[in-house]
Parts: sequence; structure tokens; C-alpha cells
Amino acid sequence: MIVFRDVHKAFGDKPVLQGFSLEIPDGATTVILGYSGGGKSVALKHIVGLLTPDAGHVEVDGHVVDALDRDGLTALRAHIGFVFQFAALLDSMTISDNVKLGLRRQALPDAEVTQRADDALALVGLGGTQHRFPGELSGGMRKRVGIARAIALRPKYILYDEPTTGLDPVTAAVMDQLMIRTREALGVTGVVVTHDMRSAYAVGDRIALLYRGAVRQVGTVDQIRQSHDAVVRQFIEGRPEAAADAERSVGSMPV
Amino acid sequence: MLRLLTARLSTWYAGFGRLGHLLADIARGLKDLPTWPGLTAAQLRRIGVDSVPIALFIAAFTGIVLALQASYTFTGAVPLYFVGTLVGKIVMLELGPVLTGLALAGRVGANIAAELGTMRVTEQVDALETLAYDPVSYLVIPRVLAATVMFPVVVALAMAVGVASGFVTAVNLLDLSTVEFVRGLRLFYEFKDIWYGLVKATSFGLAISLIGCMKGLQVRRGAEEVGRATTQAVVVGAQMILVLDAFWAVVLL
Repeated sequence: MIVFRDVHKAFGDKPVLQGFSLEIPDGATTVILGYSGGGKSVALKHIVGLLTPDAGHVEVDGHVVDALDRDGLTALRAHIGFVFQFAALLDSMTISDNVKLGLRRQALPDAEVTQRADDALALVGLGGTQHRFPGELSGGMRKRVGIARAIALRPKYILYDEPTTGLDPVTAAVMDQLMIRTREALGVTGVVVTHDMRSAYAVGDRIALLYRGAVRQVGTVDQIRQSHDAVVRQFIEGRPEAAADAERSVGSMPV
Repeated sequence: MLRLLTARLSTWYAGFGRLGHLLADIARGLKDLPTWPGLTAAQLRRIGVDSVPIALFIAAFTGIVLALQASYTFTGAVPLYFVGTLVGKIVMLELGPVLTGLALAGRVGANIAAELGTMRVTEQVDALETLAYDPVSYLVIPRVLAATVMFPVVVALAMAVGVASGFVTAVNLLDLSTVEFVRGLRLFYEFKDIWYGLVKATSFGLAISLIGCMKGLQVRRGAEEVGRATTQAVVVGAQMILVLDAFWAVVLL
């Protein structure tokens, strides 16, 4: 289980997370929704220790992430796959080498590394691209390679940072199906950060809305759909007129 | 004015603090033997072997100009075989290491800063961390080691080519015989002339690669920051070469 406990994080004088608390249960996909620049990716990066909280803490399976030393972080990261918004593939390496990168760190035999990399690429529908370079692939294909790189590690958790942002609707739907298939095939716990409502409804078992640095509401997809909270309605319906309602209810516009 | 000076001193102080952190991280990362040794070979080629043509080009023309200028300066007053002395001493002690260092501050320092800065901006450095790699072991140590090892090799070749081009120039354009040039070259020669230049080159390689890595990894966002980091890597690297040049002259001569 991943737990955020009253996490605060600021960059300079700009507060991003302000008392962010959330429990992410095992075996389900939790979607963190929120406005662009609202701190969703910042929250996600706390889980793998890429960022540390100014106050509060993040726990993964009972380990306080910011209290871990480098060896502890290395051990933790071996169980977590991270899919970056723009894939973050190493552009000097082939697709195959990118997918093998994390596996090589685990000192597995070469044959197993190759087999697992090939299996992961096949699962995301990119078998046969092993010898190509990231620059030769489309944005959607690169994101799928990013997923392959994460699932090749056979992680317990996969964190998706804006997996459908910048994709056309069809490719975005393919990404949604891929995330669902990954959960079903591998039984991983997923955390998806997005502002794409269609994707959130498609892949999420639970949805949390991040608003002004804290969780505004968390619940099942149906609970969020039927929410009477003005801010939640404003977000999920994307109605400009709802913004004024939300502003009256909370006193200011969202950050 | 005082505020500007304070700000500049504060920036320098912070820079040394970051350098200290980076050195500590490198010391820690050296224990990560499964990572950096395998990556160092490629950097030896990129930083060292690929730098040889520009270093030799500079050295060749430096030797030519030194021989001609020495001849111009000595005319009538100093025996012409001193052309060999001057070419040898200046190429080995000063111009070989320093001109090569300045050229490589541009080629190597800029390359490292731009590459690591771009990797930072595109989250490739974060990706390495999430895949349980230490970016210092993976990115910094191979580059710093390669530069520290290969700079003296490149400078040694530059010294040889600089002296050789001075010799060819003297023999063909200055009415100086081979025997005379060699006599001048050996006149005040000491083995120290060579190792002094190579010690300087080693320190230049270390400084340029450290500065390039530090500036590159400091980038947080955007192409503009990558450009700024690249420029700073070259400027600060060139400044450090001149400072180290003076330092070694005080300490070793």
C-alpha cells in the first residue's frame, strides 16, 4: 500500500502540495485527477523518492520513502515501474536496450533479460521494434515502450504520469486498454496521474481529485460521477460556468 | 555595487558547495562497480579519441607559428638553433597543454553540459533513478574518468605534433638543419618539461569534465537553461584552465 500523510511541498515561494493525504490500496488502479500544474506529477515523484516532502511523509509498504538511504531507495525502486509523461527513453540506446536497462541492474542472466524485454515489448504491441531508436518512433509508441520498460521489471506498482496527454483519441484509448491489460495480466497496483476524464473513467477503480494541493474528494468512479461537490463537478464536467460556482464555494480560483 | 559583489561571491560560494557535493557523490559512486566501468570505454573514445583531430590541428599550426616567430625574434642576436629550444619548451610547457585544454573546454565541456542538461530536461536522468541507477555512477564517473585519463594522452600527441611541425617549418623555411634544430631542442630539455605539461593536462581534463557534468545536471527545465549551462561550462572551464595553469606554475616550477 502507498500512503501519503499530510505531505507539503513547495518550489520557492509557490506551494504545490498543501496537506496532501491519500491511501492507495494494493491491487487496484487509483487515478489522481487535477488541474495542469496542480501538483499531480509532484505527488507521483514523491513515491519513488525523486522528490522529498517539505513536511509529512510518503510510505510504500510501510517504508517511509524520504527516510530511506540510497540502498533502501534502490531496493524500493526495484518494485516500482515509472512511466514518464514523455516516456523519458534514453535516446542514445535502441528500444531493446531501453527496456533491458532496469533488468540489467537486477543482474539477471542475459537470456532472461532478453526474454523479458521481448515479452514486455510484445505485450505493448511493439514486438519487432527492438533495434530501432526512440527518435524513430511516434509519441504514442514511445509511451508504450515506456510501459514495456516498466512492466519488464515485473513491479508491484506502476506509476503512470499523464499517459494519454498529447495523444489522439484513438491512441489514447489504446493506452487505456494497455493499462487495463497490464493490471489484469500482471496484477499490479496502478497509480495514474491525469487530467483526462475519459481515461480516468476507463482505467480507474478509484479516483482522487487533487485541488489546491490537497485531496478534494476520493471515491469510486460512480461516487465521483455522482459527486455534488462544486469543485469536483466543475472539473469532471469541464463547464466554464461551473468555475464561478466553484470560486464562490472555495473563495478563489484553482491553482 | 556592493550588492552585485555580494551576489557574485554568493554564487561562487554556492558553486564550490555543489562541486563538493558532486565530488562526494563521485567518491560514493565509485563503489558501484557494476555500473561505471562498462560505460567508461565509450567515453574514452568520445572524449579522447574523437578529440585528437582538433588537438593535432591546433598543435600543428602552433608549431609552425612558433618556429617562424622565434626566427623573426632571434634574427642576428641569438643563434638560430635556439628556435628548437623555444619551440620545444613552449609547446611542452605551455601552449600544448593550454591551447589543447581551451579547445577541449569548448568541445568536451560543452558536449557534456548539453548532453546531461538535455537528459535532465527530458527526464532521462529521473528515468535512470527510477530504474535504480545512480546518475553519478552512470553519467558522471565515466565522463570524468575518461577526460582525466585521455586529456594527457591527447596533449602528449599534441606536443609531439607541435614540435614536429616546428621542426619541419624550421628545416624547410628557416635555413636550419636537422642537427641544429635537435641541438636547440635538447639544449635545456628536461624530462620535467613533459610531465609538467601532462600533469597540467590531467588537471584540465578533471576540471572541464567536472564543470560540464555539474552545469548539465543543474539544468531544471527548458532549452534556454540547457544553452545557458553549455555556455557556462565553456566559460568556467576556460577560466579554470587559466587558474590551474598559474597554480601549477607556482607549485611545480
